Amino acid sequence: MNPPVLDSAPANQLQNETKLKYQIDYGKAWTIWPVFIWMILLFLLPMILVFAVSFFSRSSFGGIGFPLTLENYSRFFDPLYLKIIWISCVLAFYTTICCLVLGYPFAYIIARSPTQYRNILLLLIIVPFWTNSLIRTYAWIVLLRTEGVINTFLLQSGLIEQPLSLLYNESAVMIGLIYTMLPFMILPLYASIEKLDRSLLEASKDLGAKPWQTFWRVTLPLTTPGILAGSLLVFIPSLGLFFIPDLMGGSKTILIGNHIKNQFLTARDWPFGSASSIILMVLTLVFIAVYIKITKDKQGKDLV
Amino acid sequence: MRLSLANKLSFLYASLIYLFLYMPIAILILYSFNQSKLNAVWTGFTFDWYLKLMQNTEVLEAMKTSLVVALISTIAATMIGTLAAVGMYRYQFRGKTALDAMLYLPIVIPEIVMGISLLALFSQFEIPLGYLTLIAAHITFSIPFVVVVVRARMAGFDRSIEEAAMDLGATPWGTFIKVTVPIIAPGILASALLAFTLSIDDVIISFFVAGPSSSTLPLKIFSMVKFGVSPEINALSTLMLVVTLFLVIIAERIRMRKN
Amino acid sequence: MVKSWKKTITYSAIALSLAVTAGCSTSSSTSSGTTAEGLDKELNVFNWSEYVPEDVIKKFEEKHGVKVNYSTFSSNEEMLAKVSVGKGIYDLTVASDYYIQPMVKEGMIQPIDMNNIPNYKNLAAEYINKEHDPGNQYSIPYMGNTVSLGYNPDNIKTEITSFADLWKPELKSQIVMVDDQRFVLGMVLKTLGYSGNETDPARLEEAKQKMLELMPNIKAFDSDSPKTLMVNGEVNVAFVWGAEIALAQREKPQFRTVLPKEGLMISFDNFVIPTGAKHKKTAEAFINFMLEPEINAEISKSFPYISPNKEAHPLIDKDIMNNPAIYPPEEEMKKVESVKDIGDAIKLYDRVWSEVKSSQ
Repeated sequence: MNPPVLDSAPANQLQNETKLKYQIDYGKAWTIWPVFIWMILLFLLPMILVFAVSFFSRSSFGGIGFPLTLENYSRFFDPLYLKIIWISCVLAFYTTICCLVLGYPFAYIIARSPTQYRNILLLLIIVPFWTNSLIRTYAWIVLLRTEGVINTFLLQSGLIEQPLSLLYNESAVMIGLIYTMLPFMILPLYASIEKLDRSLLEASKDLGAKPWQTFWRVTLPLTTPGILAGSLLVFIPSLGLFFIPDLMGGSKTILIGNHIKNQFLTARDWPFGSASSIILMVLTLVFIAVYIKITKDKQGKDLV
Repeated sequence: MRLSLANKLSFLYASLIYLFLYMPIAILILYSFNQSKLNAVWTGFTFDWYLKLMQNTEVLEAMKTSLVVALISTIAATMIGTLAAVGMYRYQFRGKTALDAMLYLPIVIPEIVMGISLLALFSQFEIPLGYLTLIAAHITFSIPFVVVVVRARMAGFDRSIEEAAMDLGATPWGTFIKVTVPIIAPGILASALLAFTLSIDDVIISFFVAGPSSSTLPLKIFSMVKFGVSPEINALSTLMLVVTLFLVIIAERIRMRKN
Repeated sequence: MVKSWKKTITYSAIALSLAVTAGCSTSSSTSSGTTAEGLDKELNVFNWSEYVPEDVIKKFEEKHGVKVNYSTFSSNEEMLAKVSVGKGIYDLTVASDYYIQPMVKEGMIQPIDMNNIPNYKNLAAEYINKEHDPGNQYSIPYMGNTVSLGYNPDNIKTEITSFADLWKPELKSQIVMVDDQRFVLGMVLKTLGYSGNETDPARLEEAKQKMLELMPNIKAFDSDSPKTLMVNGEVNVAFVWGAEIALAQREKPQFRTVLPKEGLMISFDNFVIPTGAKHKKTAEAFINFMLEPEINAEISKSFPYISPNKEAHPLIDKDIMNNPAIYPPEEEMKKVESVKDIGDAIKLYDRVWSEVKSSQ
């Protein structure tokens, strides 16, 4: 519990001294410190524990024991585990692309709708997600299963003669993942599109650009931060998500999330589980480094 | 003419997306009136589950815990996260990259790792498990989402507006509240919604940091899975949806009347 | 204006910390003191969900004046992870028999004082003093479960009498299985004629090849609620917990239980007391209460698993006692194999399981 300490901000004095530059320093201390302290105590510290464990060995009874070793890391670079992480990446990638393609026009429509409806339209995206995810997934299962709502409807309307196998396959997994991750794409996209300056679009139109040219040359580049943020928010959690693939795909594939869970729970090999988590984190950091690099370049352009 | 066609298409597209989002919800509501307990086949209409829900103190208690935890953690995470996003946008400082990493990592690491590591931390420092640990954990996993969403809003933020406000004599704080916050408000709202959603639905992390007497609704539901989740939960979800929608509409009405 | 903003934040920060501390104090308010019988006034029980009816807990609370904080987990592994890290949180938990030895060796559980559990005498001889805990020093059996075979003969024309029949090509995409590597690989090993607790790498490799051949027939793995798939007609064959078959039969009575030639595998859940438990004596009183024949029969009525309580058997419904999915017949029980702790070989199982599941 580290609420920002407000009164200690030396804002007024500093402001007088550097009035010309408007370099307001009141904020630096307490915009950054709360999050810094919080994340160090409740994220970094626990992660250091995980990191430490990754160098131990599994004792015969599933505890953490000596000797200290790097074997947990070398073990991961086995075709089996590399394949698992590859499958996870591919699945997360498809999810991201689908969410982006579905979500962008939608976020655009909301951001361009009359102002008084925007908040309510936004809330309507989120409301379904205030129900329990397990119950929601079961509802999808009711829709998709062999004797489910969709099959019954199609059979009775005479469109098909044999029930379709909709559940426990890859498309079911994709539907589940897109359903779960879509708001994570729409919200940052919306935030980014909404602030788009309309006069720029009009200027582009006045200069004779066709609508798609305006979109491609003006709208899309200006909303890139939203696209990247949304993609990151979808891609990264999809990497570790296994609950939807398990329920809607019938648990027939193992993803990196399953693998880590199995190490901590079933195999009780905490050191290997920790090492796998660290590797996953390093992989994420690579993605994030790329993201930061792209967005920084982008910002540079914007500011010039 | 062309514009109205575009509007029609927009309307159609948006409706399709909402249909996709609400289809399972419709099923969920429908099955709260189903007689069969197994939640599998439709056997007949009933209000029983709503009556049973009213007597199920355990589920209601769990829902209360969930709401309290979600509300407090959303407020705290949104405050900390928004400040962080503003600070990180504005200032260059040593350790910024490290902070970036610390903020993105919680999004990716499987929840189980975060859950177990937090439990290890709490037991190391002998912090009793309960509301405190639950809320602390929820704030921790919500902050990164808040930061990402608000930062997307901040990117390309026109600082000349802030400078103009200060030229006109506004104090830095006044500028922040009167100028900066309104501009990034949609981002803050979106991030708060996201944080609330994450908190109200979290299972794995909550499992590890909840104490013997602080069970959240998702924990309760997951514990029911083995013997079949009872339609009482559908009834509860339906009620929650109705209440939320009702509140949203009332709030909008009031806001629109003010305008 | 600035002030009001600051005020808002300060007030909300204060409100926040108040709410948090208030939450804290309610959660850590340990009702201290003891009852007339010398029991503590509070007991923290950590158990499978849906394993003890609410009424039974209420009866215990009324009889002894103890407040029971009952929290739940949905897999052994979750329980182990939480109990191993958070010492002193729970006074009583439940563990499957193959987890007892590891827990003892890791110092996670402590010996039980049998003087406080006179109802121990109610347990049938075949369920006590087992290999995993000689003399029941650390554990008291609560209920047991087999993973059984069931199928719907209306939709499956071929005969199923053994595990080996699951490999028949007619069963393509027809089977649901528990998502449990020990039970599924154990079944494959038994089909090959080995022990379900095999640790020989060569034999496990053989089991992996055999398992890969079975994958096309499996529609889904589901440990949580496989009966749903059975009732909905999604699958017609199930290798799942016996109680799941029994529950599916309530909706679809045509489901038939098969006693496979190769023999079943079983596991028992046992009460154990974690090291550092704050209310040990009260926990023992709770165990004793659960072993009362009437109470045990009441539990069996709600949750039909195998009860080791011989005094309770006459009080349990005949329907449950005679259902082979729950209580396999006596000759079957003689060849049933317990799931055992296999030490480091669990790494091999985990690898085989990962290879099978990433083969698609």
